[in-house]
Amino acid sequence: MWIYILRRTLLLIPIFFIISVVVFSLIHLVPGDPIDSLLIPGSTAEDRVELTKAYGLDKSLPVQYCVWLQKFVTGDMGQSIIEKQPVKDMILYNMPFTIRLGVASLFVSFFLGVSLGIISSAAKNTFIDYISMIIALLGVTVPAFWLGLILMLIFSVMLGWFPVSGSGSLKTLFLPAVTVGMGGAGLIARITRVSMLEMYNKEFVLLLYAKGLSRSAIIIKHIFRNALMPVITIFGLRLGWILGGAVTIEIVFSRPGIGSMLLSALYRRDYPVVQASLVFLTMAVIIGAFIADLMYAYADPRVRDVYK
Amino acid sequence: MTFLKVSDLEVEFCVDKKKITPIEQVSFEMKKGEVLGMVGETGSGKSLTAHAIMGLSSLVGGKIRGRVQFGDKDLLSLSEREMQSIRGSQIAFIPQNPMTSLDPVYRVGDQIVEGLYKHRKISKRAAKLKALEIMEKLQIPKANHVFQQYPHQLSGGLKQRIVIAIGLCTSPQLLIADEPTTALDVTVQAQIMRLFLKMTKDKGIGLLLITHDLGVIAQVSDKIAVMYAGNIVEFGPIKTVFNTPHHPYTKALLNCIPTIGMKKGTLDAIYGNVPTVGNYPPGCRYQPRCPDRFAPCGTIVPKMTKLAEDTRVACHKYNGSKD
Repeated sequence: MWIYILRRTLLLIPIFFIISVVVFSLIHLVPGDPIDSLLIPGSTAEDRVELTKAYGLDKSLPVQYCVWLQKFVTGDMGQSIIEKQPVKDMILYNMPFTIRLGVASLFVSFFLGVSLGIISSAAKNTFIDYISMIIALLGVTVPAFWLGLILMLIFSVMLGWFPVSGSGSLKTLFLPAVTVGMGGAGLIARITRVSMLEMYNKEFVLLLYAKGLSRSAIIIKHIFRNALMPVITIFGLRLGWILGGAVTIEIVFSRPGIGSMLLSALYRRDYPVVQASLVFLTMAVIIGAFIADLMYAYADPRVRDVYK
Repeated sequence: MTFLKVSDLEVEFCVDKKKITPIEQVSFEMKKGEVLGMVGETGSGKSLTAHAIMGLSSLVGGKIRGRVQFGDKDLLSLSEREMQSIRGSQIAFIPQNPMTSLDPVYRVGDQIVEGLYKHRKISKRAAKLKALEIMEKLQIPKANHVFQQYPHQLSGGLKQRIVIAIGLCTSPQLLIADEPTTALDVTVQAQIMRLFLKMTKDKGIGLLLITHDLGVIAQVSDKIAVMYAGNIVEFGPIKTVFNTPHHPYTKALLNCIPTIGMKKGTLDAIYGNVPTVGNYPPGCRYQPRCPDRFAPCGTIVPKMTKLAEDTRVACHKYNGSKD
């Protein structure tokens, strides 16, 4: 098991290189450069050349990449061209907000999704099942930014229960977390339902009934445990995605975070910021998948034996 | 007092909005500590009868009718909650296929203890000791180690023994074993069967043994019930039925057992196939395959007729002969 974890961790290194190359090339392929936003009106062509040289943007791409990479692996993420402060500080400042929102919305996704899924599978083809699945379907299909605005309208403006925006207390976290979490909740609810329905007719369930266990005990303790694998897959995917997925929501609720930082950096082609935050977000996706793999082993003893 | 008396048991399922009744008119009784062998071909409704007695068919959408008298209770009139206190406690069940009957994500030991813990209200430690004791009696080597294993780490023979241990651990009054050894190699089959039968005898557990192995039935049963296409066609003490079978189907079935010294090419087979559920012929269900069929067989459903104390047959040949 430990060998497996070690192997997976080592595998992160080549993945990191591939990601960094892709991220680096993509951002430089986009037309425009940060110098445009730095030049004050009335600057000359010479100013432009000078600035480009000052930021090392006159060198060829491979050289720029090597310089960036060399600094990156030693922990120096460079200096923001626009904000004039170390990228590291910017990320360290914004990261807690994003992680807080991510974790909160994962909770919403998981608990809301799993409960809806269990309830609707237990009450298959009843009114309760239909209602739960309609909620799940809405969760998947309604765009997050729209849902965010509607929730804000109902709970903040009309009812006044939660603040419209901000990032201080737990109260401010509630609406954004629900907004981001709903999509995942919908997916997880549907997967949980289908995966559990497959289990109800398994032979081992008959023996559980024959042992005299109650239906609710069988559903929670046995059927849900057995139906967990596909749920973990989806959960793992959301785990990484949710940090990136919060981008629009951070803007809707005007919260600080990696998302809003990345977006403003993209507008102004602030290369070092974009590169660092994109690498951070993609690594989050991969680590999410990694965590899901470890959760498989936790959930299913057969998988555990394969890793041995 | 009655131990188990099943009368006119019937199970109805709804498939594609069509009602089917895979078992009908199933009646038999068992005395305390008795072994009743139930034989029949695949699809004759043996397993369904077992499920219906335990009230399991209603959990998968079937309607159970008739009467199942167990002690002083009619099991079919009990609520699901009351049934739960009987299932696994007074009536235990050993399923047909041990390979797929254990929950793959829990340790087998925990699965044995689960029922004990629920019904006997004992400490976890005591439950474990009890489970280990049963496992050792079933000759499971290194029981302590096996207790911690997951189902996929065990061989078929071991899984079979675990499933038997689950059935036996609460010391039920009645054990329903649905072909408890069919999934195993012939070599282990006999061994496990012997062990299993000894344990039920020692504890005085009534055993409803479902099998298509007439050899096993002949050796261990006190009574036999022969099922055909969802009905019991003959019921009686094992000696009577084996020595003087009445129903043409029972006769044919017994003729299908090979014996040593038999001339080559003389082994009988029953002509035709068992009709499938929903395609039962009118009148007697065995009639299309029956060599003795006569006028009423094709139109009138034969009723169970008492031939002697404890011996009954459902065949027009014996209608009105006695009783």
